Amino acid sequence: MLSYILKRIFVGLITVFTIATLTFFGMHAVPGDPLLKGKVVNEVVRKNLEEKYGLDKPLFVQYGTFLTNMIKGDFGLSFTQQNRSVNDIIREHFPISAILGALAIIAAAIGGIIGGAIAAVKRNTMADRSIMLLVILFVSVPSFVFAALGQVLIAEIKTRVGVELLPVAGWGTFKHMILPSLILGLGTMAFLARLMRSSMLEVVHQDYIRTAKAKGVSSLQIFFRHQLRNAVLPVITFLGPAVAAITTGGFVAEIVFAIPGLGRYFVQAVQQLDYTVIMGLTVFYGAYLVFVVILVDVIYGFIDPRIRIAGA
Amino acid sequence: MMTSKKMGIDFFSFGVKLTLGVALSLSFVSESSFANTKAPKTLTYALLTEPPNLDSSQATDSESFFIVGHTMAGLTRYDDKGNILPAVAEKWEINDKGATFYLRKDAKWSDGKPVQAQDFVFAWKRALDPKIASEYAFILYHIKNGEQINQGKLPLSQLGAVAKDPHTLVVTFEKPCGYFLGLTSFATYLPLREDFVTQKKDKYASSPENMLYNGPFKLTKWIHGASLRLEKNDKYWAQDQIQLDVIDIPYITPDANARFNLFKTQKIDLIQALSKESLANAQREKFKLKKFSDGTLFYMQFNFKKGRPTANKNLRLAIRSVINPTEFVSRVVSIPGTQVGVGLVPSWMKGNQQSFRKENPIPVPKQNLAAAKEYMAKARKELGQTTPISLVWLTGDTALAASEAEYFQNLFKTALGVDLKIDKQIFKQRLSKMRSGDFDIVSAGWGPDYADPMTFVDLFTSWNGNNHGAWFNDQYDKHVRNAMNSVDTKYRMTEMAAAEKIFMEEVPMIATYERTVMYTHSDRIEGVVRRVMGADPDFTNVRIKE
Repeated sequence: MLSYILKRIFVGLITVFTIATLTFFGMHAVPGDPLLKGKVVNEVVRKNLEEKYGLDKPLFVQYGTFLTNMIKGDFGLSFTQQNRSVNDIIREHFPISAILGALAIIAAAIGGIIGGAIAAVKRNTMADRSIMLLVILFVSVPSFVFAALGQVLIAEIKTRVGVELLPVAGWGTFKHMILPSLILGLGTMAFLARLMRSSMLEVVHQDYIRTAKAKGVSSLQIFFRHQLRNAVLPVITFLGPAVAAITTGGFVAEIVFAIPGLGRYFVQAVQQLDYTVIMGLTVFYGAYLVFVVILVDVIYGFIDPRIRIAGA
Repeated sequence: MMTSKKMGIDFFSFGVKLTLGVALSLSFVSESSFANTKAPKTLTYALLTEPPNLDSSQATDSESFFIVGHTMAGLTRYDDKGNILPAVAEKWEINDKGATFYLRKDAKWSDGKPVQAQDFVFAWKRALDPKIASEYAFILYHIKNGEQINQGKLPLSQLGAVAKDPHTLVVTFEKPCGYFLGLTSFATYLPLREDFVTQKKDKYASSPENMLYNGPFKLTKWIHGASLRLEKNDKYWAQDQIQLDVIDIPYITPDANARFNLFKTQKIDLIQALSKESLANAQREKFKLKKFSDGTLFYMQFNFKKGRPTANKNLRLAIRSVINPTEFVSRVVSIPGTQVGVGLVPSWMKGNQQSFRKENPIPVPKQNLAAAKEYMAKARKELGQTTPISLVWLTGDTALAASEAEYFQNLFKTALGVDLKIDKQIFKQRLSKMRSGDFDIVSAGWGPDYADPMTFVDLFTSWNGNNHGAWFNDQYDKHVRNAMNSVDTKYRMTEMAAAEKIFMEEVPMIATYERTVMYTHSDRIEGVVRRVMGADPDFTNVRIKE
């Protein structure tokens, strides 16, 4: 088991290194100039700025400096927020994205698993059809539409009825987190519901279910003990990458709900060609994703004995 | 079964107790903290983006100017009509050689130490220091040796600004400057205290405790990306005139709908600019709408580099004749009250006595399809092109930029037979392509750096690095140079008007519109000032109605 984990970590490191390298050269190949602003500065000032960020050196030297600093865990100063380091940005804003992501995943998992299971058990009834309709809606309509709709709804209720159900935007209390995390989780919830439904349908027809029924076990007990437990396995596999994707992909919700998460900084950095922030966040996100995927694979071995690594 | 029910009841009563307890303790807290004082008079606001840099010598954007403008005071300030008033400088003497500022003795930093003449000298030298690489250093070039220092050719000590004594600041000009006084309220001209800034090094202005303030408010909280809070500065000399206790900024979002909904739920007191969609919603909700022209001129600029068809004057004239500015503004920009672009100097700019445009009128351009056809025929002949002329239209990635591009694409195709290839780019890439001259026509805008027509006229001189279309005209340059070297307002305005006349004949660009925004604020506040220059919106003199 240990050698397997070590091997996975080694491959993971190579993955992160490859991501970093490709992003580095890709980013420099994009036309545009991170030091450009609305106004032209004189050549001396320009030269000083280039020196400050090391842009005066050949690209491969810059790459070398970047790698050495990356190993030291230093991603340098942001180009746009000149007195903040990339490390500060990650430290201050990732926890917010992580909380938002975690809540979104919890909401998605609960909603998806229960919704999918109900749809499967009540196959071809109104309940099934309405759940599947919602699934299609949540998968196909982008989250910013729901984000805007949610806000409009709250604002309307506030003006018409005078009751403020949830804050329209902002961050700080648990109330602020409810709407954005729900909306962030909608897509995943829908996907999970579909996955759960098909997996459940398979389980429903298994022999052990018939046996349980024959033994006179109540249908609720069959549902929770036998069907749900066995059908949930593929869902867990999917949850791993989903955790990573959601915690790193919340920028739409972050912008609409004025949440100071990391995703917002990433998008802004790409738009403004903020080289240091782009590199720092890409490496950070890449490493995080790789880590979560490895973690899920290891945990999966514990949950399902059939998957346990050969020879471990 | 029984157990769960009992538990439910227990939970319920626990919940009630908890809520009551919290409510009681909350009311206790709020009473105790405001026992002797009234509730602070607070205005709430949402910023579009996080201020990237609050270091006044390096700030370049409107969000940073907004904060700095509320927390700092310069030598002078503008009133709500654009007149220059004393601030840290009580009085001054100014001529074409230089200026002497006499500073008030009761101006203090937020730590209680006095604001002195050397604080200005230090700030200016710092902004000009090539190592600091301030983008706005050029605005200090009017001070003797400023440009040479910024280029590293002279040491900082050679700057023509000296503190004669702690309350007398003597400035020597590089050459006469007719609008110097107006510059002294600009962020780059604000004072900085040497001991404090040196001690903080590159952390200066990164957080509230790493900053000093000498203005009406001080920054007391800054959670990056999330919120800021400004509180009244009790060390400000005119603090008894400031009625607001707190400017609270609990939200930062570029999303116009989010800001609209925050306003609708009474979470913020003002929306600085309504988007097209939220404008319609605001009208439906019957919000009181106000109009504000932010001073920015938008235009299409032609490329004069060799081989570009737009270097042909008849082609440019054909394009100008085909445009119906009024239709363009109402159909594409469609923000009520938007001014049609006329010349190079926007309509709000002050001239000698009144508005520059009124003193130097230019007829509002009109569509003339017959003339356009004639110009186009000539252009085709001169360019020797029988196949349709194809032009690259470089523009930004906003919704307005897209609809503008499509509007002109359709117009040029049907009326002139000219194909427009739309090259839509994000801000940095568009700038980069502008700099390298990778366009035939670029849709661009220019916001003023100071309240003088020169900030626009200077843009098209041969020596200006922002003249991306590379249009060079000796006569134009001559008139602008004459205006630059004089302090006689009347003469300067005449020279700039003469330059503009040449400009209108040669058509290096066509002004499309002057940006206007519609904004709204809550009924509980009054005294909001919108400014083209400096902190906008300016909340300094806001009163909260009881």
